[in-house]
Amino acid sequence: MKNVFAVLILTVTGLFAFKGGAPGYKVGDIAIDFKLKNVDGKTVSLSNYKLAKGYIVVFTCNHCPYAKAYETRIMGLDKMYATKGYPVIAISPNDPVSIPEDSFDNMKKRATDMKYTFPYAIDEAQNVTRAYGARATPNVYVLQKTDKGNVVKYIGAIDNDTEGTNPNRTNYVQAAVNALLSGKAILTTSTKAIGCSIRWK
Amino acid sequence: MKSMFAILLLTVCYSLHAQTKTVNLITMAQLNKRIENQDTVYVVNFWATWCGPCVKELPNFDKLQAAYNDQPLKVLLVSMDFKSKLKSAVIPFVIKHKMAVDVFLADKTNEQEFIDQVDKSWSGALPATLVINAKKHIRKFYEHELTYAELNQIYQTNK
Repeated sequence: MKNVFAVLILTVTGLFAFKGGAPGYKVGDIAIDFKLKNVDGKTVSLSNYKLAKGYIVVFTCNHCPYAKAYETRIMGLDKMYATKGYPVIAISPNDPVSIPEDSFDNMKKRATDMKYTFPYAIDEAQNVTRAYGARATPNVYVLQKTDKGNVVKYIGAIDNDTEGTNPNRTNYVQAAVNALLSGKAILTTSTKAIGCSIRWK
Repeated sequence: MKSMFAILLLTVCYSLHAQTKTVNLITMAQLNKRIENQDTVYVVNFWATWCGPCVKELPNFDKLQAAYNDQPLKVLLVSMDFKSKLKSAVIPFVIKHKMAVDVFLADKTNEQEFIDQVDKSWSGALPATLVINAKKHIRKFYEHELTYAELNQIYQTNK
């Protein structure tokens, strides 16, 4: 009994100790759905997308130069895959108090200026970001809709060329979604990339 | 006239000094070699000129090096800025902020490998700090900002 208590206490302290650096999802886990405020004033949920085969969930933001470097590539992913059943769902995870550039108003402005074809939602409570385990922007989770739920199939970078200087870059997200669309195994299921650490409240 | 001369001389000296502060490229292999000395504690901070929390904590690293200059401590800063930003952003930043410790720019052909070789647990988020004490077989990694008190504490515990 004592042991059970000890484990319980450890678990609880563990939960609180990791303010931001929670382990989050691994490939194969079932990802939670969410209700987040989108720049169009509506609420975004994965379940809104009745016809989707899956999702390209991107944690990104206005201020981060690495997110900026990837912006057109994120827009490209939605153009390439939304009609094929894998829409982009962009989520801004940062606390706008520490980074005013990532405020909801600035997000609206960015989405309008750049004519985003996908939702750009704010994770005000940062619970979605914590559950997924994103630690930096940009960071992608490719999900596949199954009977069991939305299964995480890929976690990581969009490609291996943040700076956009290598014509022979490996497009990880494209490769993952292409594999899912053709029923093949994904070659690289998780990658890392330099990014801006998420600002927690 | 004499004072004009002095000012001129000072200006020349200052700009010469500023120009001597260079930022060299460093590969992971070169970095590993740079931090292999058994008698030295190495504190390596990974940062970028565009990263707010990194810029905020940078003075702490200069301060740590200055505080323990008489001890075998070596603080190194490795910028993860794009290589194309070396002359336009990194060097001007280092000069502007009068950074005293050695600054390098990561030379990474493969970002994945670079991140993994620094530490398996690193997600790639900046800032991050690596502490090495080869003699004591210590290799610790911190993926968050550090205050001076925290940094000093880390050094005291691992030196």
